[in-house]
Amino acid sequence: MYDITGYNEAKSLQDVFDLIKEDPKARLIAGGTDVLVKSRERKEGFVDAPLIGITRIPDLQDIYLDDDETLVIGSMNSFTDVETNPLVKEHAPLLSEAVALVGGPQTRNAGTIGGNVCNGATSADSAPTLFAYNAVLEIHSPNGVKNVPIAEFYKGAGWVDLEPGDILVKIKIAKADYEGYQGHYTKFAQRHALDIANLSCACLLKVENDVIEDLRVCFGVAAPTPIRMAKAEAYAKGKAISEETMAEIGKLCLEDTNTRNSWRASKEYRDHLVQILPGRNIMAAIGEA
Amino acid sequence: MEKVIHFTLNDEPVSCRVDVRKSLLEMLRTDFGLTGTKEGCGVGECGACTVGVDKETVDSCIYLAVWVDGKVVTTIEGVTNPDGTLSDVQDAFVKAGAVQCGFCIPGMVVSSEQFLEDNPDPSREEIRRALSGNMCRCTGYQKIVDAVEIAAEGRKVK
Ligand code: FES
Ligand code: FES
Repeated sequence: MYDITGYNEAKSLQDVFDLIKEDPKARLIAGGTDVLVKSRERKEGFVDAPLIGITRIPDLQDIYLDDDETLVIGSMNSFTDVETNPLVKEHAPLLSEAVALVGGPQTRNAGTIGGNVCNGATSADSAPTLFAYNAVLEIHSPNGVKNVPIAEFYKGAGWVDLEPGDILVKIKIAKADYEGYQGHYTKFAQRHALDIANLSCACLLKVENDVIEDLRVCFGVAAPTPIRMAKAEAYAKGKAISEETMAEIGKLCLEDTNTRNSWRASKEYRDHLVQILPGRNIMAAIGEA
Repeated sequence: MEKVIHFTLNDEPVSCRVDVRKSLLEMLRTDFGLTGTKEGCGVGECGACTVGVDKETVDSCIYLAVWVDGKVVTTIEGVTNPDGTLSDVQDAFVKAGAVQCGFCIPGMVVSSEQFLEDNPDPSREEIRRALSGNMCRCTGYQKIVDAVEIAAEGRKVK
């Protein structure tokens, strides 16, 4: 048994707002692959409170292209849904590849992309890619709707820009942020499945005649939150793809990351990976690795 | 707090009143006596508790029992032929010598059954990926992958 005090299935966003008003201690639960594990571990905030299920709310389900061809992903799509969705595969293939590396099939069938983001883990497999695509999060609350760029949403380790009563409804990627980009994601972990990254790195780029027009690099587990590499990205613009360019990108990444020691990997090892993964990803993205 | 739920369990419509704090695994084992589904880790890392929900596998240890309301659930008991004989996948596990202590096998078989339904002509790589959420501490996996290959071949012949 989980040590929870109740469970309610929300059928609409209004249901969520009403239930939270009734009991501000209530916690939202999506696929349960994180919340129930934390509840089992008796983490504070995950026991002794009621849960509100949100996976059956219709507004959170669709994946579609908006009028201006923004790719819109409902927050309650499972990793499997996102991985296999034809629109995601066509317009944001890197996201499809990244979520295919989450846990194992069972976790991907139950876990949701919205849950992954709202957890605030720096190791979330969807996060570096969503950062690279400049994803915008549409968050609803009783007071209205706000659109938050994902980089501003992550505040610290396990801490995101959500107040009680807020609910992530849509994840949006604008056409200008996916069109013409190619990319590669590396989840660097001990095992190929059922593991959490030692370090992860997503690269998206636009290339014209072997010259980098635009580069976006985001790391997971290289800082308390996923983090974009401003210096390396600025440097790379207009540079020809070469070993030197890749080496310099790696070096600059080290200036923007803030890795640490953990039982999964040492700081030295992570810093080594920070320098080599972007180059490898860029070569893989352009099909030369 | 209890809730009344209705769902399909191994092809049979059922209704029950369930404590909202229970996992699907606990409900299957204690309320329905379906003890073929095993608890290994209890936190979604081993796949011993794998069941099918609406034609997708999930870890029933980190899945609330109330979530199956209105859904279709398949456990290892539902994989076995109605007359009690082994399904082709189970039989292939025996033929391949893929079973040692057996604890992981119900989960392995449920994952394999669902996978072969989705992908009747898999490569070894695809089989490995499909079973990557199921851990086995005994066999070293080779014979389990062999078993799924044998089952896939058998279905093609039919
Ligand atoms: S018992 Fe459920 S995954 Fe291990
Ligand atoms: S046969 Fe013993 S765990 Fe797989």
